[in-house]
Amino acid sequence: MSEDDGGCGGAGKSRNSGEYFTPYPDQVLENVLENVLVFLKSRRDRNAVSLVCKSWYRAEAYTRSDLFIGNCYAVAPRRVTDRFKRVRSVSVKGKPRFADFSLLPPDWGAHFRPWVSAMATAYRALEKIYLKRMSITDDDLAVIAHSFPNFKELVLVCCEDFGTSGLAVVVSECRSLRVLELIEDDVSDDEVDWISCFPPEGTTNLESLSFDCVESPINFEALERLVARSPLLKKLRLNRHVSIGQLQRLIFRSPQLTHLGTGSFAPLEIAGQQQVDNREPDYGSAFAACRSIVCLSGFREISPEHLPAIFPVSANLTSLNLSYANIDADQLRPVIRHCHKLQALDSICDEGLQMVADSCKDLRELRIFPIDGSENIEGPVSEVGLLAISIGCRKLQSVLYFCQQMTNAAVIAMSKNCPDLVVFRLCIIDRYRPDHVTGEPMDEGFGAIVKNCKKLTRLAVSGLLTDRAFSYIGQYGKLVRTLSVAFNGESDIGLKYILEGCTNLQKLEIRDSPFGDSALWSGLHHFYNMRFVWMSSCRVTRQGCTNVARQLPRLVVEVFRGDGVEGGERGDFMDTLYMYRSLDGPRTDAPQFVKIL
Amino acid sequence: MMHLKETELCLGLPGGGGHNQEEPLKITGKRGFSETTHLKLNFVQPNESSSSSSDVSKDTTTTLYVKSPPAKAQVVGWPPVRNHRKNVIGGKRKTEEARLVKVSMDGAPYLRKVDLKMYKSYQQLSDALANMFCSFTTGNDGRQGMMTELMKESRLMDLLNSSEYVPSYEDKDGDWMLVGDVPWQMFVDSCKRLRIMKGSDAIGLAPRAMEKCRNS
Repeated sequence: MSEDDGGCGGAGKSRNSGEYFTPYPDQVLENVLENVLVFLKSRRDRNAVSLVCKSWYRAEAYTRSDLFIGNCYAVAPRRVTDRFKRVRSVSVKGKPRFADFSLLPPDWGAHFRPWVSAMATAYRALEKIYLKRMSITDDDLAVIAHSFPNFKELVLVCCEDFGTSGLAVVVSECRSLRVLELIEDDVSDDEVDWISCFPPEGTTNLESLSFDCVESPINFEALERLVARSPLLKKLRLNRHVSIGQLQRLIFRSPQLTHLGTGSFAPLEIAGQQQVDNREPDYGSAFAACRSIVCLSGFREISPEHLPAIFPVSANLTSLNLSYANIDADQLRPVIRHCHKLQALDSICDEGLQMVADSCKDLRELRIFPIDGSENIEGPVSEVGLLAISIGCRKLQSVLYFCQQMTNAAVIAMSKNCPDLVVFRLCIIDRYRPDHVTGEPMDEGFGAIVKNCKKLTRLAVSGLLTDRAFSYIGQYGKLVRTLSVAFNGESDIGLKYILEGCTNLQKLEIRDSPFGDSALWSGLHHFYNMRFVWMSSCRVTRQGCTNVARQLPRLVVEVFRGDGVEGGERGDFMDTLYMYRSLDGPRTDAPQFVKIL
Repeated sequence: MMHLKETELCLGLPGGGGHNQEEPLKITGKRGFSETTHLKLNFVQPNESSSSSSDVSKDTTTTLYVKSPPAKAQVVGWPPVRNHRKNVIGGKRKTEEARLVKVSMDGAPYLRKVDLKMYKSYQQLSDALANMFCSFTTGNDGRQGMMTELMKESRLMDLLNSSEYVPSYEDKDGDWMLVGDVPWQMFVDSCKRLRIMKGSDAIGLAPRAMEKCRNS
């Protein structure tokens, strides 16, 4: 690797150790600047600094240690490694969010390979990797394990294409590993006992281990031994193959835990057979021993009668995720009643929201998921829950709420009662549903949200909406950075309002809405400022998309079909349009079915 | 077989099928939508698959919009729930189908659990329970269907007055009932736990059962 020729102080790279080595720069000013810039963490501030002048650009590049790549295709890995020399932590995001809902065909891209290859030589002192919606293979994991001697943290969110083999390599070779978090990944079961691959002797540095998404069984004895010799372990999230009895043993071994994912929370042997472990141990005693637990999740197969075991810790909880637990309001009540410090709650139980409102005055984040995925079930009256929450939990900042039906009145009330809302995502599952009491569109409700919640940066709309709703969003949603639209809207004017009004818009994802070419055209002035635009099953034509691509050469305009069939069109319109700015032109790894205009 | 006797032992009401009252109406019902909205125009219920009337009429004077939605067939990626969560919830439904209840027996050191879905009749359940607890039963009838015996009035009185065992269960409303009162499926749906109690302790549960025996 050639020495950097930037100024008088090049940053040399030592291959043998995991450390960077910088000769003392001649320019005092640059030196001073570097020492100051080390304290600058916010990437927006750093971007501003780098624009001041060349010398500031260089100093900023030397001192940036945390890299954030919001779209893996916005910039080529080589460009990044050429500019930033002393990186210790890298975050890369890949696929657009609608990939989570099967709207992106498999093999679309977002491969980690080119990144890890570039970093393997450029960033020997790399310590942390955070990936979201990337495709990462076992080979890539092996490269990580072999290339970075000081590697400490690996966090993979919604990633896929790797398995337990890759995990085994990472845990056996990364001797400084502190954090291994696998969150909602698709991990293939290679029948490798990866838990046993941690170094067998001595204490580990493990602070956080999350594998609740790994669907394969785990060697419990090995896990227990690992936990026993991990004195720094604070966060442990188990998968559903760990029974409640095993959980109890683990907790006794690590009473210092602060974050716990409980695994199945069910006994190992479920009867139906005659042989059964009849003893019902007191699971509550284990929890009573853990005074530091503040975050609980898991409960993947919970038998409701075991829920009381968590009573000893409920008063300390700041975060509780019961969204995988099929329990009802009556079973939830005794737990929630004590959770006075709760700040984040995930649940499927919207019937119990009154008691949440009564007990959890400090609540900041609430996520209510549907009990099942189907559309046509008439559920309990949901706006009552939303209203109760808005009255009781005034400090709410982030709401994700799935329901079958809603009223404008409840949404308006929330906008007034919870002015601190930063994230408001309401999903009325029954599509095109108007206010179920007045029969009117949901325009006024969402309008009130953008009007009254002055800090709002993320919004997802649903229900029956007309152009008026979008005019409100364009008019008042000046801070909105992320907007999700699905099965909404009346005409092109709606999207025009958005593109012309929302000056801070970064991420726009739209599906199944009647927006076409003229609406798309009205966003030309803004697309370079955005991370991406996604429009699927809308009314944009090939010509319309081509026109945009011609006008904006640095915009990569991809069109394809969600089912992977080549051609991109479905009927008269493009099936899916996905466009994003890029410094390095169209990607070279696009599959057959993706056409780049 | 037990279920043939359901007309004899109904829950309170003479004749058959008294269970309509029992089931709490959890679902608000489609009526909630059509009754409370003051729709001037004919709105196709979301659940109805008849999407023949697909006029999109927009009345500018009222704020009411009618748009007949596409027939609510499965739409890809809707509702927007991650596959991971869908799999988990879908999987959960499978385990939900097991109807696990605790079974305790007076005097026995441990309790057991049974999956009521594994049995199709009171007879089968009775046999299973007898096998589970046979080391603890004192009666000679341990191996015969306890429930069958129970249903004969003469035998019932004897049982209740003796120290033999009588199966009882706690239903959804928290009431303790004698096993065998209701049709099998209804029992499976409403039983929360089972307790095999001494006959003499079960006297309080008897009156309803006695009444039914007499009414038959």
